[in-house]
Amino acid sequence: MLDLRQYASLGAALQDALERWPNETCLIEADRDREKMRLTYSDFREMARPLCRALEDADFKPGDRAAIIMTNQSKWLISAYSIFFCGGVLVPLDYKLTAAEHLQLLAHSKARFLVVEYYLWRAMTQSPEFPKLTVEIALVTEAPAGADLRGAYRWEEFKRKGEPQFVARQREDTACIVYSSGTGGRPKGCVLTHDSYLEQCTSLTAWYPFWPGVRYLSILPTNHAIDFMVGFIGPFVCGACVVHLRTLRPEFVRDAFVRYRITYVSLVPMVLKNLERALRAKFDEMKPGERWMLDRLIGLNRTLTRRRPRVNISRRLLPQVHKAFGGELLALFVGGAYTDPGTLQFFYDLGIPVACGYGLTEACTVVTLNDLKPFRPDTVGKPLPGSEVRVLNPDGDGIGEVAVRSPAVMSHYLNDPEQTAQTIVEGWLLTGDLGRFDADGQGHLQLVGRRKNMIVTAGGKNIYPEDIEAVFDGLPVKEFCVFAENYLWPQKTLGDEVLVLVARLEQNQQLDDRFFEELVARNRRLADFKRVGGYLLWEKDFPRTASLKIKRGELAAEIGAGAERKSVVEI
Amino acid sequence: MPVPAVDHTLDEIMNLAAAHFKVPREKLTPDDDFFKTLGIDSLQALDLLTRLEHHFRIELPDYELQGVSDFRTLANRIQARL
Repeated sequence: MLDLRQYASLGAALQDALERWPNETCLIEADRDREKMRLTYSDFREMARPLCRALEDADFKPGDRAAIIMTNQSKWLISAYSIFFCGGVLVPLDYKLTAAEHLQLLAHSKARFLVVEYYLWRAMTQSPEFPKLTVEIALVTEAPAGADLRGAYRWEEFKRKGEPQFVARQREDTACIVYSSGTGGRPKGCVLTHDSYLEQCTSLTAWYPFWPGVRYLSILPTNHAIDFMVGFIGPFVCGACVVHLRTLRPEFVRDAFVRYRITYVSLVPMVLKNLERALRAKFDEMKPGERWMLDRLIGLNRTLTRRRPRVNISRRLLPQVHKAFGGELLALFVGGAYTDPGTLQFFYDLGIPVACGYGLTEACTVVTLNDLKPFRPDTVGKPLPGSEVRVLNPDGDGIGEVAVRSPAVMSHYLNDPEQTAQTIVEGWLLTGDLGRFDADGQGHLQLVGRRKNMIVTAGGKNIYPEDIEAVFDGLPVKEFCVFAENYLWPQKTLGDEVLVLVARLEQNQQLDDRFFEELVARNRRLADFKRVGGYLLWEKDFPRTASLKIKRGELAAEIGAGAERKSVVEI
Repeated sequence: MPVPAVDHTLDEIMNLAAAHFKVPREKLTPDDDFFKTLGIDSLQALDLLTRLEHHFRIELPDYELQGVSDFRTLANRIQARL
């Protein structure tokens, strides 16, 4: 791999990578069972060059912000590289947000440029908020012939001849602004420097190296911190190959493992669970004798891999299982949300190590990761090299808030010094997650809950109640507030996280059908993973500040002490 | 081949969903949140999309499901491609 200590920016490192391995395949783009594109590092550079020149001609200046809203595909990476090449700041936005949310975050980030897929651009142009679009130049990919692009350019035609001029950046310059949440009221744009990414990449690849010939299957969205690092920066600075699949249909994902002989893949717990379900169903279909034999072999594999993974032995013991994953798989990475230790153990026993980690956008990508020496499904691993992790004010069980200090931690939240000051204290990032170090003395971290009012879904989405409350404005009640259930009633477990709407009725108001209908109808305006799971009626007025804002912390404490979890009514 | 009416398409989608996820057909209505009534996650919803593709002989990109959680809207998206 490249020695990243020698580079001042992602752009410089990526530029060298394209020259270092001209004939290696860097990118494969497949849609279902059709391969749409296969690029070498040299091809990639040739495709990026005219875009870089066109950006120069469009007066793209160093430090200009450019957003990308796309599903995983080659044009995502080519555009990102071109933005870095021109000295720009990348703003990767979640393509699953609504058009109104996209427009809001584009305005907050002050992005001058936008690269967007046609169907997402079309939704934005149809939004009532579209006239407020602040972007100056939009490049739309894959637009059908004759489509009205409302002033945007076709990405495929936005190119100029000639040699573009590389724009150098310094380590402390901003590389990316990544939104960890905040579409409702207060956007949290994490400002991450080139230093953050280069340091994080060095640490990660020290434990899980890439090299030419390695194939990484990229199915998590590339705008997500994990895939951006291990599905773009990491493989590219090591001469490896990224495989994009433009569908998440389980049957095509399974095929892709085999067709492209995948080495690594990152998943969120929901996808891992889905894979487990499919495998268990297959095992259940086996004849009794075959099943008996499989169970014995799994048991033998478990014994032989107790101290560390032994992939070659596992592949010989359980060839059918490994063939189904392409036969070259070294590890699955999983993170972004709570993962059931039983699921992790299920895969490990099959000889497929799952490296479970813990990270947050504020810390670039990953804070802790399992190094599999030995496999510890009950923990989220050890701090990566270069990261310091502390448990603040531990209670009698050693549990306290997890704090992180590392070069990878963000510099600040964009335009929010107040929130930054609350989150980064004396150089330590306060994560809001509760954890403890395992008694093994090896530094394994166990997460046991959250201190902050938020949930993380099995799909790896952070949902902050403040972000969704606006949908319930107008609910026929005196006042309401949304909380994470585990914030109201803290418990030392993770998983099954739900949001609860707490409502205070008007005096003499009776609960009627209109309340339920409005609640359900408004809830359904939210994306399925953002919905409130239950409601609770509260009989006291909410405590408020002088400016009439709800004192959320105080209210949560009152509810936690005055009501029981079981009084929440499921919607 | 004549394009079936959207109500017919809607009916076929609900029949198929009920059979595939083993939910009584009478429990499904057009405006149901299918994630909740079928008890499925977003990956299983993609699986439903595959079944619908085979049934209607069309190709539906994953993004057609984005922001869709009720049968009626899904039927409209499919109808547009018939």
